Amino acid sequence: MNDLMNRRDLLKIAGMGVAVFVSGTTVRAGGTQQKENDSFYFVQLSDTHWGFNGSNINPDSQGTLKKAVAAVNALDDQPDFVVFTGDLTQTTDDRKIRRDRMAEFRDIVSQLRVKTVRFMAGEHDASLDHGEAYQEFFGDLHYTFDHNGVHFIVLDNVSDPMAAVGEKQLQWLKADLKQQKDNARIVVLTHRPLFDLAPDWDWATRDGAAVIESLLQHQNVTVLYGHIHQEHHHMTGHIAHHSAKSLMWALPVAGSVPKNAPIPWSAAAPYNGLGFRNIEAHVLQARYTIEEFPISKGE
Amino acid sequence: MNKLVIFLVATTVGYLSQQPVARSTATEIGNEEQIIRISASTFEFKPSEFTVKRGVPVLLELTSQDRHHGFKLSAFELRADITPDVVEKVRFVPDKIGRFTFLCDVFCGDGHEDMSGTITVIE
Repeated sequence: MNDLMNRRDLLKIAGMGVAVFVSGTTVRAGGTQQKENDSFYFVQLSDTHWGFNGSNINPDSQGTLKKAVAAVNALDDQPDFVVFTGDLTQTTDDRKIRRDRMAEFRDIVSQLRVKTVRFMAGEHDASLDHGEAYQEFFGDLHYTFDHNGVHFIVLDNVSDPMAAVGEKQLQWLKADLKQQKDNARIVVLTHRPLFDLAPDWDWATRDGAAVIESLLQHQNVTVLYGHIHQEHHHMTGHIAHHSAKSLMWALPVAGSVPKNAPIPWSAAAPYNGLGFRNIEAHVLQARYTIEEFPISKGE
Repeated sequence: MNKLVIFLVATTVGYLSQQPVARSTATEIGNEEQIIRISASTFEFKPSEFTVKRGVPVLLELTSQDRHHGFKLSAFELRADITPDVVEKVRFVPDKIGRFTFLCDVFCGDGHEDMSGTITVIE
């Protein structure tokens, strides 16, 4: 089965349209394209905020994540892995509730058919306790892994409540990058935008410029992140930054309204603005095809 | 002391609880240093709105009632940490008129995203 058919399956499952964004200079071929030998794909889910409760924002707060898990599971050809780019849980001051939410989240995503799942923290998971509970459940806050010729770097810009990567992690990043070839295929996974998308809305990383400066030394770098609860695409030099939708609530475009606040639920358009996406990596071309999928009612 | 203090912060908690948004008025503002006292607590600034005059120096006195917060006013490239039991003083001279957002830039809990305010700079 070719990957086009797989996408149609996903489209059928999701029950709605699909948006495609191509990162890189080469546009994906037409419908007769067969899966390339050098390509693979993975699924990105983000900002699930398990534990959130607000019926005017998402009356299906207990069901949205499960619908996404079911949609991914329904794919005939499973992704190589799944990544969650932070804010797995809704924050709380209560240590026990925080851990309860993480345990519940872990139980739900354990239902994914694909068993290679990469996690990272959002500020809701890690800022109040500097990642203590998160690490108990999900492991390291920053790490790397390699998959089929792509070097993935998970950066933590949330366990410091001041939204910084920090000098220690920055040195760790530089040391890791030093081991990579100049033309290495590098994907950075993080929660907050590394560039100043909207500092007045807290959509930035305090020392993100230093991170980007380090990454710019390599030719093929793409950043995937969450935090802003909407699709957004931006270039810093030759580095492409792509944000993912949330699986709990949508946020407005930066600056479009006076205040950064969740977009209320619409009964006329349920799950509007929520979704997940898959990313097909074309390794030889250093190109990524991103497809956005909404959440359906599951009817 | 030859400074004009703009009393934007009420002196009792009871009053504050009834006045979630305190506003200054243009008539209160002279041409001497404008002192603005801002209290931060989960998850709001009090006052959340205030007015100052362009070209007149401003002294912000920032305090926290509970935990570590931040104060960021990017329009004037200002930021400060606000911690309990410390009065953080920030001085600047507003050089442009308009309404500008300030926010807490230290994640402080469920409601952090709501913790912001507006400074209005007038002629």
